Amino acid sequence: MSHRLPSGGRLIDRATTLGFTFNGRRLKGYGGDTLASALLGNDRMLVGRSFKYHRPRGIVASGPEEPNALVGLGQGARFEPNQRATTTDLFADLVAQSQNHWPSLDFDIGALNGLMSRFLSAGFYYKTFIHPRAFWKHLFEPTIRHSAGLGRPTSEPDADRYEHLYAFADVLVIGGGIAGLQAARTAAESGARVMIWEQSAHWGGRAPVDDPDVEGMPPDDWISATLHWLRAQPNVTLRSRTMGAGVYDHGYALGYERVTDHLPGLDAPRHRLWRVRAGRIITATGAIERPLSFAGNDVPGVMLAGAVRDYVVNFGVAPGRRTVIVTNNDDAYRTAITLHSAGLEVAAVIDARARATGDLPQRARSLGIRVMTGRAIARVRGGGRVTGVDICQHTGTGAAGALIACDAVAMSGGWSPVVHLWSHCGGKLIWDAGAALFRPDPARAPTGADGAAFVAAAGAANGVMRGAALLADARAAAAGGDAPAPEPEAITPVWIMPAAAGPGLRAKMWLDFQNDVKVSDVQQAAREGYVSVEHAKRYTTLGMATDQGKLGNINGLAVLSDAQGAPIPDVGTTTFRPPYTPISMGAIAGEARGDVFQPLRRTPMHDWHAAHGADWEPAGQWRRPYCYLRPGEARNDAVAREILAVRGGVGLIDASTLGKIIVKGPDAGRFLDMLYTNMMSNLAPGKCRYGLMCSENGFLIDDGVVARIDEDTWLCHTTTGGADRIHAHMEDWLQCEWFDWRVYTANVTEQFAQIAVAGPKARDLLQALGGLDVSSGALPFMSWAGGRLAGIPLRAYRISFSGELSYELATPAGHGLALWRALVDAGQDLGVIAYGTEAMHVMRAEKGFIMIGDETDGTVIPQDLGLGWAISRKKADYIGKRAQERAHMTDPDRWKLVGLQTLDGSVLPEGAYAVTDARNANGQVVTEGRVTSTCHSPTFDRGIAMGLVRHGPDRMGEVLRFNRVDGTTVEARIVDPCLYDPKGGRQDV
Amino acid sequence: MSDPVSALPGARYTGYVTVAEAGVQGMITLRGDPSADALRRALRAAIGADMPDRRRIVAGTAGAVAWMSPDEVLILLPHGEAARVVAQMQAALAGEHALVVDVSDARAMFTLRGKGSGADVREVLAKLCPVDLAPAALPAGEVRRTRAAQAAVAFWIDAAGVAHLICFRSVAQYVFDLISLSARPGAEAGLFPDP
Amino acid sequence: MLILTCPCCGIKADETELAPGGEAHIKRHGPGSSDAEFEAYLFTRANPRGVHFERWRHAYGCGKWFLAARATDTLEVFGTYPATSTAVPDAILSRIRARRPDWIKPDRIKPA
Repeated sequence: MSHRLPSGGRLIDRATTLGFTFNGRRLKGYGGDTLASALLGNDRMLVGRSFKYHRPRGIVASGPEEPNALVGLGQGARFEPNQRATTTDLFADLVAQSQNHWPSLDFDIGALNGLMSRFLSAGFYYKTFIHPRAFWKHLFEPTIRHSAGLGRPTSEPDADRYEHLYAFADVLVIGGGIAGLQAARTAAESGARVMIWEQSAHWGGRAPVDDPDVEGMPPDDWISATLHWLRAQPNVTLRSRTMGAGVYDHGYALGYERVTDHLPGLDAPRHRLWRVRAGRIITATGAIERPLSFAGNDVPGVMLAGAVRDYVVNFGVAPGRRTVIVTNNDDAYRTAITLHSAGLEVAAVIDARARATGDLPQRARSLGIRVMTGRAIARVRGGGRVTGVDICQHTGTGAAGALIACDAVAMSGGWSPVVHLWSHCGGKLIWDAGAALFRPDPARAPTGADGAAFVAAAGAANGVMRGAALLADARAAAAGGDAPAPEPEAITPVWIMPAAAGPGLRAKMWLDFQNDVKVSDVQQAAREGYVSVEHAKRYTTLGMATDQGKLGNINGLAVLSDAQGAPIPDVGTTTFRPPYTPISMGAIAGEARGDVFQPLRRTPMHDWHAAHGADWEPAGQWRRPYCYLRPGEARNDAVAREILAVRGGVGLIDASTLGKIIVKGPDAGRFLDMLYTNMMSNLAPGKCRYGLMCSENGFLIDDGVVARIDEDTWLCHTTTGGADRIHAHMEDWLQCEWFDWRVYTANVTEQFAQIAVAGPKARDLLQALGGLDVSSGALPFMSWAGGRLAGIPLRAYRISFSGELSYELATPAGHGLALWRALVDAGQDLGVIAYGTEAMHVMRAEKGFIMIGDETDGTVIPQDLGLGWAISRKKADYIGKRAQERAHMTDPDRWKLVGLQTLDGSVLPEGAYAVTDARNANGQVVTEGRVTSTCHSPTFDRGIAMGLVRHGPDRMGEVLRFNRVDGTTVEARIVDPCLYDPKGGRQDV
Repeated sequence: MSDPVSALPGARYTGYVTVAEAGVQGMITLRGDPSADALRRALRAAIGADMPDRRRIVAGTAGAVAWMSPDEVLILLPHGEAARVVAQMQAALAGEHALVVDVSDARAMFTLRGKGSGADVREVLAKLCPVDLAPAALPAGEVRRTRAAQAAVAFWIDAAGVAHLICFRSVAQYVFDLISLSARPGAEAGLFPDP
Repeated sequence: MLILTCPCCGIKADETELAPGGEAHIKRHGPGSSDAEFEAYLFTRANPRGVHFERWRHAYGCGKWFLAARATDTLEVFGTYPATSTAVPDAILSRIRARRPDWIKPDRIKPA
């Protein structure tokens, strides 16, 4: 059984006892424990169940590679599933629960899947669920959805806050083991701005556990001396609990800092995402030990050999009282020696190699530890926990020999450099057959903006596992130059154990512990023709679990390579993608949630609208009142009330969101003639003109009123959505095409609050304010004047989008609210109301005015909309003119704008098509038109619409049929788009 | 006549950095050829300042001038002076190819004030802007136009370590909220050493 | 994520400050041009795996457009230059040739 040792544990503080809860049981650990070490200290080896077969799963590793010990952590809004116990620092009153079991961890119904395992082999899903087709929707999918997923997220909003931080470094070192620390020191000594990240809370990596000394010093002393030096440097930034999550183009890297995970409740950002640009990146990310593939290697109690000694040395926890060590290399003997030194029994070292004569095996033998070479584990005994191992000849088929009783197995298949971050941005690998590992190929490093390599690997991440060679490698990575070749690792590759194991054993050799992928599954995939490692991965799900194959992938591809008879480097690895380990959604979102999820743009009158019942409608990032609801009023009623009040009296609408762009210069008129389809250069100062803008494709992109301010200055109004886009469009042409034209633009959209005052009593209202002469003589339709009303400086444009007498008043934004209030106050006797965007839309539809985005959709040219009058034929050129001459644009069969009136007065469905009885070659109904705008008109008390219809303007009075979603049709008559005041007398009074 | 109001009158948040709306601020966009004598003379006459070097802000006797782009500067002056100075400069530049436009009401301005030399102010900005804010990379008096999260901003840090940040008026609340969140106590990251 | 140096304000700009504008050095054809010319102007774009010339705007910065020569496969940047350039500066062409000896200059790319 796993237990806490009476002494030892370099990272724990036995004076600090921490109570925590696992599956409802109150347990105790120490300060400095991880959740995994604390669980082991309480003999909780069984921590979860596997994904597919619900097999019992124990802690295997001691770091981020852990595939099994995933728990639900926290409660309520702070509950988070799939947290690795091995990287979770213990804190007081931590609450965790195991996952993927029902009804309990110890007794799980889903484990019956394990009995079905011979039917649930690789490709089971593909093969089973494809037939019969109807079963998918009604049987397979609901069942799979019910049992799918690992852990359940909370439904409450995240209670924590998160942030991003942009930082810059000349050299970013990822990994704070001795290689990373040395690389950081070497880089810092050169004067570079250095940043170094360590994913855990502790610096120094494996050295304190594995190495007797570093440069002649005890490892902990070397680490603290180096840290002391680094911390004293102004050009070095050190961050622990910060994982290098990804390396991207041009030196971009993401660091995931877990600020308060170990200090819950602290009022601070929980996670911080470092968004770093580095000149160079050094990946000192260490190595991860590989399991060995023997039957029953997934039984709780079978652990990585390195992890076993980590628990003993770092946490004073022993995974078992009597341990068998199984290996193909010398490194695992460190575990034997460590256990022996801690007073624990080592039953035997089972070494698959024929001979083990290195220093470590000899030292183990000298301690009296039994070493059995040329041997293998035939199978592990035990279900929920290891009880013993059957020993066999490694070269054989697994005929069992001696049984060795034990309660833990420490396995080592060799170490794989962590090449993920090297590989994220295109770094390539080479297979080092002697050391049996993939390591970065320095000749094919990721390259940056200058075309040079910007990532270098150092230390174990580079395949240089320890000692002076490792430090030399780290110095070389930081300073450039070549490091001396390291001593080769004493290892013989072992991909399955025993080497000639039959199918029965191979079906019990786990490669992926979380997703239940076995050696037999990968071999089957190979037999069934999955040649590509990427395809085999998806077919078997090898490496697709939350650990992304950190333990099992190399073993898996070696098995695949063996099955295909192809060398390992020819099979290759699957793609390493960021993040290195999962990061929180909160960290990705950063500050962007709640009120600051995205910018919400407010006009100067925003708060007034909110206080007066505004029913908001998004317009880009703006919010505009759709209508103003009075208590108890329905939306439609409010819209109708607003329209009738404008048509019968006077109303105000906040038009501040309309784009306003100043265009000035000797060539401004010439420029605007290119930009608009009609002439703007001949507009007289003081006058306004409606204009259309097209893209070079000929399609209508924006419209609005242009006012000529003075001899060389124009003010262009754009749609709300067009302000930034049209300004950018103007600058594009001015900067990139006509850069010799003397024109300056300025986007003054936000300089002005703009208020449309519309209705037959609009003039009365302005005159009540007093100041500017707004009479028809002084300020006729389609002109503008500057002055003051109620003492407030403004420009008044006599333009109308409602068909009524109308003024648009533009005042500096700082006066906007004052002007609005003055109008509301002065208009009380006139019955003034505020109206929203929907009333505006309906009124313009009654007038037959087009709306960008309704009548236009990126395929409509002005000629389609009856706007030929706004297209100059005199101009030799304007943006879009050549396109409008293309054959399809001049096709007389193009659908053209008309008004539509249902015979029964109902409102046509949005986007409905005019259908005919004809069918096309595909059997589809032939259509001859579509609805572009449709609404109920309170003015006419009936549905009105506009639409594009084939030969529409020539078919006035014809009745068309429009489809409805229920399959029926509704009849509508083609009419003139302008229903209200066709002669225009009301707006020009 | 009413007094003009700024976007968020009196808005202020004190975290480990204090962010405060600066109230109404006169601003004039001046576009033209910065090497043209007429432009330089007009600027000197109106503000008492020379044309700033690339990305710099310079103080004059009647205001300050911030470089915005190769053919644009932003003049900062008291709000009440803006209309008069616009008229004065427009008159001075009559016949020249230049644009002088009052944008005083189009923007909001914030100050970010920290406790020491400005290391904390630089850090708060670094949470929102993809900019190297180290003093060596962004010295005092350099104007940086960039984005803060999803909004366009321009800022500079003065010799006292106070940051002055300008955004569009409509997003003033968004920008204020962003900075306040980033400056909340407990979020100190220690990105820059405070000497 | 790219970094491109804006030649107008000198900032090494993060890609999130920039707006892309498609291929550079496209000649405008207006009224009077043939259908083929106009089609080429409006629609025909190079999509090379390798050296490419692009338009970018420093949208969140100084607002200016500029041109960039870069490799679409490795993201190596050979240089940025003003949007008013009708030709590619010699220094950039030299760098491209040094880095990509096999590169064949398209006809529409004019040396300075």
